[in-house]
Amino acid sequence: MADSGSITESFFKGSSGRNTRGLLRLTILSLIAAAAISSRLFSVIRFESIIHEFDPWFNFRATKYLVQHGFYDFWDWFDDRTWHPLGRVTGGTLYPGLMVTSGAIYHALRALTIPVDIRNICVLLAPGFSGLTAYATYLFTNEMSTSPSAGLLAAAFMGIAPGYISRSVAGSYDNEAIAIFLLVFTFFLWIKALKLGSAFWGALCALFYGYMVSAWGGYVFITNLIPLHVFVLVCMGRFSPRVYVSYCTWYALGTLASMQIPFVGFLPIRSSEHMSALGVFGLLQLVGFVEFVRAGVPSKQFATLLRGFVLVVFAIAFGGLVLLTVSGVIAPWTGRFYSLWDTGYAKIHIPIIASVSEHQPTAWPAFFFDLNMLIWLFPAGVYLCFQKLADEQVFVVVYAILASYFSGVMVRLMLTLTPIVCVSAALALSSLLDTYLTIKSPTEPTDSSADAVNGTTASSKKAEKAAKQDGLRSLSKPLVGIYTTFSKTSVVSALTAYLLIFVLHCTWVTSNAYSSPSVVLASRMPDGSQHIIDDYREAYQWLRQNTPENAKIMSWWDYGYQIGGMADRPTLVDNNTWNNTHIATVGKAMSSREEVSYPIMRQHEVDYVLVVFGGLLGYSGDDINKFLWMVRIAEGIWPDEVKERDFFTDRGEYRVDEGATETMKNSLMYKMSYYNYGALFPPGQAQDRVRGVRMPEKGPELNTVEEAFTSENWIIRIYKVKDLDNVGRDHASASSFAKGNKKKKTTKRRGPKVLRVE
Amino acid sequence: MAPKRTAREPTPSAATTQASSTASVPAIPTKASLKAKDNQSPQEVALGIWQNYLDTTPQRTKLIDVFMSFLVVVGVLQFVYCVVAGNYPFNAFLSGFSSTVGQFVLTASLRIQTNGENKADFGELSPERAFADFVFGSLILHLFCINFIN
Repeated sequence: MADSGSITESFFKGSSGRNTRGLLRLTILSLIAAAAISSRLFSVIRFESIIHEFDPWFNFRATKYLVQHGFYDFWDWFDDRTWHPLGRVTGGTLYPGLMVTSGAIYHALRALTIPVDIRNICVLLAPGFSGLTAYATYLFTNEMSTSPSAGLLAAAFMGIAPGYISRSVAGSYDNEAIAIFLLVFTFFLWIKALKLGSAFWGALCALFYGYMVSAWGGYVFITNLIPLHVFVLVCMGRFSPRVYVSYCTWYALGTLASMQIPFVGFLPIRSSEHMSALGVFGLLQLVGFVEFVRAGVPSKQFATLLRGFVLVVFAIAFGGLVLLTVSGVIAPWTGRFYSLWDTGYAKIHIPIIASVSEHQPTAWPAFFFDLNMLIWLFPAGVYLCFQKLADEQVFVVVYAILASYFSGVMVRLMLTLTPIVCVSAALALSSLLDTYLTIKSPTEPTDSSADAVNGTTASSKKAEKAAKQDGLRSLSKPLVGIYTTFSKTSVVSALTAYLLIFVLHCTWVTSNAYSSPSVVLASRMPDGSQHIIDDYREAYQWLRQNTPENAKIMSWWDYGYQIGGMADRPTLVDNNTWNNTHIATVGKAMSSREEVSYPIMRQHEVDYVLVVFGGLLGYSGDDINKFLWMVRIAEGIWPDEVKERDFFTDRGEYRVDEGATETMKNSLMYKMSYYNYGALFPPGQAQDRVRGVRMPEKGPELNTVEEAFTSENWIIRIYKVKDLDNVGRDHASASSFAKGNKKKKTTKRRGPKVLRVE
Repeated sequence: MAPKRTAREPTPSAATTQASSTASVPAIPTKASLKAKDNQSPQEVALGIWQNYLDTTPQRTKLIDVFMSFLVVVGVLQFVYCVVAGNYPFNAFLSGFSSTVGQFVLTASLRIQTNGENKADFGELSPERAFADFVFGSLILHLFCINFIN
């Protein structure tokens, strides 16, 4: 009885033994990992275990290549089945971390005699790594706070926050799947290195940074955040030997590590995004030297002289950097990064960046949708970090400010914001819980309150002592506090309710918004049963089975990876938009008249053209809605052949019905989308359900291509490019001849002949 | 900087057990003597610093410093050669140069960590541990350099 009493007492007092707490921690962490994994499995359970979006299809294909052919072949893989006439040096243009990771897992499982299909590894990689991310967040937050609950709370938040789930559901085999884990873990190692001033942790941080570089292009965020942190520390006068040791180790090793990746190559030396790290490295050498000299020399004047020296050298270095950038030795910001600063830049100059929906600014509801209650705990956590401003709290502050800016500019960068939101929300919440969850009042305040009751002499003494301890009154602990059980329970129960609502919200968002594979479209029948629209795979499978092995498929770049992955046919352009001109060529072929586009298609040896059409089903992401981007991108290269203005009516409307412009009606894309569409409906009632308009009576006619396949719901239409006419006529006259459009009366009149030159 | 100096003050007593020739203890009188004559020519100041350095630095640290200056010389030579002869195998230049820079930085870290003056900053980091870290970092550095030089 006494034993159990002491156990419960110790349990409630929070003074349980080390082992108990360790066990609890372990249990909680594994539960969090389990929750993180299982909340990402909605799509696998509802549909099937397939790869979802566009980009993952390429990663999947590359992983299959890696597993089949081995590492060295993968490393110098020249892929001749994409970008058809050009090909793609895949080994040098991708971040190999993701593929190598899943390849390693594949072989490890084989070695353990658990043969798992590589597809299942790819599908389930992101959930698995999300569990690791939760653990890394736990470690990271533990470095920030002494509170035992902060790390666990942060891990729980990170495990289920929809901002991270959105990019890491099962089946989204994208670089972000492992990158966020590496991001958080690199930051953890960095903080650890900084706190201990240890070269070992710095080297580990560099190694994981190298891994991160191999995994995701977002490593630039790390290369700019850590230097910024160090710079802020130096500016705050917090330079210490620990900063020097950790940063210089990290930079020297990490830069070399990042240069091992062929895709990165010499960029850390040459490009502007990496210059801040180099600059801070140089600055630290200077500051370290100055501190070293200062330690030996006492003179105040000398110290100020040195400080001036540092400033001058810094200014010279900065000027030199600007000069080098202007003169072109150092590459300026690439458009993708530059558009983060000048938010209007991409729209004007690089339409291909602006055309991606992920690159739009974020609206407020997205923050609440993705982070629910964390978003309002986030500033509180940052504020708490300001109160206890040690080196690592500065990191949180810097990270928070930078990431909130970037996530405000671009929807996609919400992903880098989520970890810090989880961490600082956990800091705020854990300090709340620490305050309100202790049932016994803490001893120190009870003393003071007892003193207040006893008399003024003792309390005034105490107050004096307290005042002496911390100079600022606002910083000193207030004598009054909340010690009644009622207020504590009410606050704690409110917090618990919020936490429970958070869990509900996360589950709901994950289930409803983020767990749909874009390959398979699901709709509900009136009776609630699910109806699956599987046109994509139907069409890709048709291509795979009914076309020759080397038939080239032309489509808009969005579908390039999927065609390569599912249909296994060569494509002209794909989602890796490295050659803008080639994409513009496809855009021009799609947006021009048949007579113009046919030679283009012949020149590129196109066999089939694939368009996505959602007019029958009301599927809004179809090619007619993307058509203007094709026009814009083509116009960027051939301004006098393709003009965006021609696709609008006189009143500036973009129409596809009777009132569409002639250019629009004659464009290949329009014709291919609406070819024979009217035949589906009773005469005169053809309806486009996306645009919500009635289509003209007479559908377009195609001369140079012929319909080869149209999927069940008309989402994907595949056309075969006709061969040249046997007797050398152009296609328009050949088809009009075949249709018998000849005038009955044969006119004997001779047309203007030209001289035969042969 | 003031709080840091005060924080460093009590450490020498603890550090003396570790190394008898710790820098900061004898440094204080020289500081005072230098402060007395503030207006001296730069040469004298430099000479004073040099003398101070020779007096107060332990043997091991001097050894490290010699190695560091050797690294600087090698790095400068490489850079001059690169400027003179052009940087055609740029990766070779980079790996050679960055190996000297990296080794310099790692050695500087080792010097900082083993320096008795910095006891306060590196709480439980023993010199042996610092040396092991140094070896670990150097191994990684050279692996990367050898890989990068092709």
